[in-house]
Amino acid sequence: MDAVIEVDNVTTAYAGHVIHRHLNLTVHRGEVMALIGGSGSGKTTLLRLLLGLEVPQAGTVKIFGHPLGRCAARDLERVRYRWGVLFQSGALFSALSVFDNIALPLRELGSVPPDLVKPLVMLKLAQVGLKPEDALKRPAELSGGMVKRVSLARALILDPQLLFLDEPTAGLDPDSSKQFVKLLRRLRQELGLTVVMVTHDVDTLFAVVDRVAVLADQHIVACGPLAEVARLPHPFVRNFFLGHVERCAEEDLRRFRLSLDDTSDDGGVPAVLRGEEAAH
Amino acid sequence: MSTAGALPLPAPPPDEAGAHPGDDAPPRLEAAGPREWRVSGDWTVLGLREHYDAFGQQIAAAVAAEPDALWDLRGLTRLDTAGALVLWRGWGRKTPGRLLWLPEHVTLFAQFLQPVALPRRKPALGPGLARAAQRLLAFTQHGVDIVALVGRLLLDLAQLVRHPGQIGWREISANVFRTGAQALPITALVGFLVGLTLSYLISKQLKTYGADIFVINILGLAVLRELGPLLAAIIVAGRSGSAMTAQIGVMRVTQELDALSVMGISHTVRLVVPKVLALALSLPLVALWTSALMLLGGMLAARAQMGLDPAQFLHTLPRVVEPANLWLGWAKSMIFGGLIALLASHFGLRVKPNTESLGQSVTQSVVTAITLVIVVDAVFAVLFSNVGI
Repeated sequence: MDAVIEVDNVTTAYAGHVIHRHLNLTVHRGEVMALIGGSGSGKTTLLRLLLGLEVPQAGTVKIFGHPLGRCAARDLERVRYRWGVLFQSGALFSALSVFDNIALPLRELGSVPPDLVKPLVMLKLAQVGLKPEDALKRPAELSGGMVKRVSLARALILDPQLLFLDEPTAGLDPDSSKQFVKLLRRLRQELGLTVVMVTHDVDTLFAVVDRVAVLADQHIVACGPLAEVARLPHPFVRNFFLGHVERCAEEDLRRFRLSLDDTSDDGGVPAVLRGEEAAH
Repeated sequence: MSTAGALPLPAPPPDEAGAHPGDDAPPRLEAAGPREWRVSGDWTVLGLREHYDAFGQQIAAAVAAEPDALWDLRGLTRLDTAGALVLWRGWGRKTPGRLLWLPEHVTLFAQFLQPVALPRRKPALGPGLARAAQRLLAFTQHGVDIVALVGRLLLDLAQLVRHPGQIGWREISANVFRTGAQALPITALVGFLVGLTLSYLISKQLKTYGADIFVINILGLAVLRELGPLLAAIIVAGRSGSAMTAQIGVMRVTQELDALSVMGISHTVRLVVPKVLALALSLPLVALWTSALMLLGGMLAARAQMGLDPAQFLHTLPRVVEPANLWLGWAKSMIFGGLIALLASHFGLRVKPNTESLGQSVTQSVVTAITLVIVVDAVFAVLFSNVGI
């Protein structure tokens, strides 16, 4: 497995306040990596580093082997067309309709014929579970869950190999969030994406994540499969997984994920929970 | 693992020196034998750049010539939706009879089978009566809204007079500082230069008639009565009016206005009243300052042009310009200030939660404020045509 993201010995500081110190992180092709950490631990800054929006004081960040920061414009272009980003609040362009929002990256390429743009956008819209008539709506008319879906469709329109998700299920009700998680699982199976997500939602972690990186004390204190990380004695990890440790066992995880795939998209109760209900 | 079901892809050719794993292999379409086409390389949205039409036509031509040809997709290193769509369209929106593909391609092509209905946009109103009616309606709506805002403002002012504790003194003083004190340098520069130019032109004309001394009358009257207040109002409308509209507009976009509403805090009391009061207070002062700088500029130009002594200029000025003109200028400035702040708030409160509307509203606010200031000035000129002259 080759590395898609390599963060090597990165140090970040703002106005004398150190956020990351000698931070290392590697994400491999095809895996789903979650970043967790308390608020103020520098998750968002790390994500901004990975996206090239910030430049570290020391160390390098490489995406697809291209160093970000001090690199040629052509290198940056190679990277930027190969990733999609879902921002926490969607960051949809409020002046554009849903259709134009999703079509924007395609049109910016300048070489895709217009008669190809339309079907591609409508396909993506269908893929994230939105109706064709939603295409003409303005972002202000959308609900929170729909904003996330449209934003995901925009992130996926160039069929990226790497997807960044910043709190993909934050602010969604449990049902929407469950559907969103299912959508992520399906897309991942279909597209073979590498995903890096920042999340606080334990259910999302259980449902889709291969490896978890824990950001605390200015560096990655642990990075590994869920079952391993959940048993760490670090105080943040202990509080985070409080009451969930039993669910992290390999067998339980597999059952939970299967149950997610079993249920229909209309938000039915997963098979495992149904069994529990019957037992009570 | 969720990647189950995907067969290992054929290994891509070994990377040349300097190539990175993310790089595209060029898409290729070759005849692999009689009635057999091999598709290989990266058929992706980036790989196909500049080649969409060429490949589309090539595939369509191949299908038309040999409908029963074998299509071999197993050599593809990557295929995405755009690439699949180009193939699909070339094949005439169906898979060819003889096709060799990889398992992961199946879902890609399967999604084209569901009919995709493209939504239709509502036809825009054509030119003519309908659009004119819409414009008129929007204009009327503005008028009604402004009247409503003024009414709300008066009611709130009456309440504030009864409960002076609710007046936001701090907010008012901050606004006076922002719209007044911070506007001093720019108004000084503009006023000085306009006064200089004006005086220079007037002196030049008067000199030919030997009526040099009248430059004081003309300049003093024009500046104190009309130009000073007008110039200050136009600069402040552009500077502070736009800032006020943008501030309230951004509060709408970020739902801060809604937050104020649910806390039971009136928009007009907290946002509009301090702005209107502050600008009605600071604009007369800015206008006085601008007038003073215009006269200073005029004085210097008169000295340079005609050798008119500044002491004589200052001595003559109060005798030839009646104080009523100063009061009139002040009263006008006060009204201009209130008007600019009122319009800025009106357009700010009408912003819809998107960026385009914000830009439009700021433009409208400044244009309307400047236009109305000039209109009101003309009304004043007519009403007070026999005062102070």
